[in-house]
Amino acid sequence: MAKVLVVTSGKGGVGKTTTTAALGAALAQRGDKVVVVDFDVGLRNLDLVMGAERRVVFDLINVVQGVAKLPQALIKDKRLENLWLLPASQTRDKDALTEEGVSKVIADLRSRFDWVICDSPAGIERGASMAMRFADEAVIVTNPEVSSVRDSDRIIGMLDSKTVRAEKGERVEKHILITRYDPSRAARGEMLTIDDILEILATPLLGIIPESQDVLRASNVGTPVTLSNADGAPARAYTDAARRLCGETVAMQVPAERKGFMDRLLRRRAA
Amino acid sequence: MEAQAKVQRQMVRLRGRSYVAFVFVPTVPIQDWLQEIDATIARSPGFFAGRPVVIDLSSVDLSQAGIGHLLTSLQDRNIRVLGIEGVDEGRLTPMMPPLLSGGRSCVVEPTAPKKPEAKVEAKPTSLLLESPVRSGQTVIFPEGDVTILGSVGSGAEVVAGGSIHIYGALRGRAMAGVNGHTSARIYCQKIEAELLAIDGFYQTADDIDEALRGKPAQAWLQGNTMRITALN
Repeated sequence: MAKVLVVTSGKGGVGKTTTTAALGAALAQRGDKVVVVDFDVGLRNLDLVMGAERRVVFDLINVVQGVAKLPQALIKDKRLENLWLLPASQTRDKDALTEEGVSKVIADLRSRFDWVICDSPAGIERGASMAMRFADEAVIVTNPEVSSVRDSDRIIGMLDSKTVRAEKGERVEKHILITRYDPSRAARGEMLTIDDILEILATPLLGIIPESQDVLRASNVGTPVTLSNADGAPARAYTDAARRLCGETVAMQVPAERKGFMDRLLRRRAA
Repeated sequence: MEAQAKVQRQMVRLRGRSYVAFVFVPTVPIQDWLQEIDATIARSPGFFAGRPVVIDLSSVDLSQAGIGHLLTSLQDRNIRVLGIEGVDEGRLTPMMPPLLSGGRSCVVEPTAPKKPEAKVEAKPTSLLLESPVRSGQTVIFPEGDVTILGSVGSGAEVVAGGSIHIYGALRGRAMAGVNGHTSARIYCQKIEAELLAIDGFYQTADDIDEALRGKPAQAWLQGNTMRITALN
């Protein structure tokens, strides 16, 4: 049974695209057949993060408009056998996404894959509403700061009212993924705590991804962070989140500040 | 010719039938009395629509012009006068409704206004929401109280004709008693509101006592000032 998962947030720059790539790769590593779909028409990034930017020929808009067939637009990942990408168009805008066209593409993807992961653009306009429209589940990416949390709350409200499932009276299963969690700032009380975020959003937690240079490095080399440094803290947190998405029970790891002996001795590199 | 003759020969049948009419008893000053009528119409539009109305002029002393003016004033309010009572026939012009007499009062008046009230009662007077109100969502319920089992997010809005009860944190805006209901109150388990309003009187987050933040609280109107106190 295929599942359509939307990765959304409302606010920009919180890590939706990184999360889409990382979860997609982690699910594919488990053996599921996965496609990641970029809905950020006009400002596409997922192809870069997946390292497939030089292989884009056709895109989502071409398929929506019937210019290209779905298999022509799907790009197979070079590292994982069962991970695919459906890129967005960079030259068009979100108005090119028609509900009917998106519905057809999603239905087609459902028949071919186990997971259809939609990378939502920021905002609450057409791109974002089309990305969530046909979702069965949603991962709401949230940074531990008030603006991000409020935007997430807004998006949860939309997931509960504007999706096909909501209109049929069914539920979209929602998960909060906290990204860019900085244990040292949390210890100093400079960020919202995990408890605060979950209290405000009243939605179950899928995972906590620590702030890490690994994430930036992985994006720059065009590799999902779960593949680039599989032993790193963010990769492990994403892998655990993927396992929870599949229904496994995995103990939640709250990233803690590591203050080892060597850390204290060599606190900062001299300029 | 023959056809016309037949029509002439047709019998005129007279049947008696009684109707229940509203009797208006205007009082002086007429202007104030008309305002009262306006208020009734405002409360329940269409209340007098299609109902026979008789005016009883026994308690006022109006000239012919005065009666004419009163009739046009009522006509302007879509009230059509069927007949006039309690006045000397000499003061009425042929264009005015006829003089009536021998009317008997009946108990229809108390039952007639009940009908629209019963309709209002059929509609629920309170709204229960079992999920949180998220940022950007607006709940509007002018008919009465709103109860929310969950929190009201920052940037969300709850508008109620009556009181607002929130079993969770209030982080957004709550506006109670919007239809001029001054005794409406706002209750919440955790006050972190952006704005509270009762019958148009409002306070923003800045005005709320810092010591109350995050605590169970209620807001109500004391005259023209809003009071917010701990709920314990």
